[in-house]
Amino acid sequence: MKYGEGSEGTMFGKESSPKQCAAIESKLIAYLDGRARPGERHAVEEHLTSCGSCRLRAKEFRALWSALDDLPSISPSPAFDASLRARIAARPVPQGFSQWLPSPRLAFALVALVALSVWLSSVPSRDATNPSVAASHAGQVNPASQVSAESDFGMIRDLAVLENYDVVSKFDALSELPVPPTASSSEATKQTRE
Amino acid sequence: MARTDVQLMLDVKAGDEESFALLLRRYRAPLVNFLYRMVRDTAVAEDLAQEVFLRVYRARQEYAPSAKFTTWMFRIATNLALNSMRDSRHRKMEISMDQTTDTGEDDQRPLEVPDRAPSVEQELVRRCRAEMILKAIHALPEKQRAAVLLHKYQELDYDEIASVLECSESALKSLLFRAYETLRVELAPLVTPTVRVDRVPVSRSGRPA
Repeated sequence: MKYGEGSEGTMFGKESSPKQCAAIESKLIAYLDGRARPGERHAVEEHLTSCGSCRLRAKEFRALWSALDDLPSISPSPAFDASLRARIAARPVPQGFSQWLPSPRLAFALVALVALSVWLSSVPSRDATNPSVAASHAGQVNPASQVSAESDFGMIRDLAVLENYDVVSKFDALSELPVPPTASSSEATKQTRE
Repeated sequence: MARTDVQLMLDVKAGDEESFALLLRRYRAPLVNFLYRMVRDTAVAEDLAQEVFLRVYRARQEYAPSAKFTTWMFRIATNLALNSMRDSRHRKMEISMDQTTDTGEDDQRPLEVPDRAPSVEQELVRRCRAEMILKAIHALPEKQRAAVLLHKYQELDYDEIASVLECSESALKSLLFRAYETLRVELAPLVTPTVRVDRVPVSRSGRPA
């Protein structure tokens, strides 16, 4: 016959099994709290009459709770309320449409990005007016050397008036000009222009 | 008759600032104490308590009385405390071994020594007990610590505490049992009844009278 711990255990005889003690553990707190259901309360009381160690534990739990009452409370500082109100005022709750507005920094960054995009899109692209590059887009080979040479005359080539030969050729004033040079010299001049 | 927490919170939702002030007065001290006993730092505890009220205030428009106000409030407080302690652990890992770590004694005020010795002794005993209890509670795993504080000092119901800690009631009761079992051992000098020794009166010669 086994006896419980301490002198009290010997008075009640056989020690309960660890399994029985474990089954009471989850009920003991509620029992000591006075919140155990009737069935639980009965089970705990029945176990405590036969288990010295659990009985000792229950007694010491009560003493522990009494000792824990000795823990003093602290008081919030006198500035607690004022400090809280300052924090509330510093971060007001967004209401209505304003809750959808981004933070100022983010808004500035977005505006700057949009402005940059608009400016970049408004800059005329050289590729659209450059015949050699347009030809390359049509599938022709465009060696790098030819591109660099073409870019040298890009300023002149991009001038719309020089490209509009129809207008120049139909200009009546040209008829009063002296007789143009011979075909061979004019052909050389034309090649130079191109 | 005093308004309930739910009534006050619904009034805050309706724009009544005075109701928020009443809630603040009602829960300011319990919240600061709970957080102090969790983190053992008065400044951090006050900062976290203010953060709790700030979040309650900011969420007032979405407030719905689906749970008790204390459950909601202490859930915020517990999560903030756990996050704070986690961040504190990371910071302490970066502190050199030579530096003194926080032992939670930041709130100890210099002891004034009055003329009467027994008062000093009583004060010392009181402080010693309080420090023992605080140290033992702080040594508990964080979830057990929160469970003990909410159960013992805030007197929340089991279902409330379980909701705060996001566990079942049976898991909570096991948690509490393990926590109190640990405290029972750690605080044995305060818990175990002292052994009384019956003194046998003796004569001057040393033989029993």
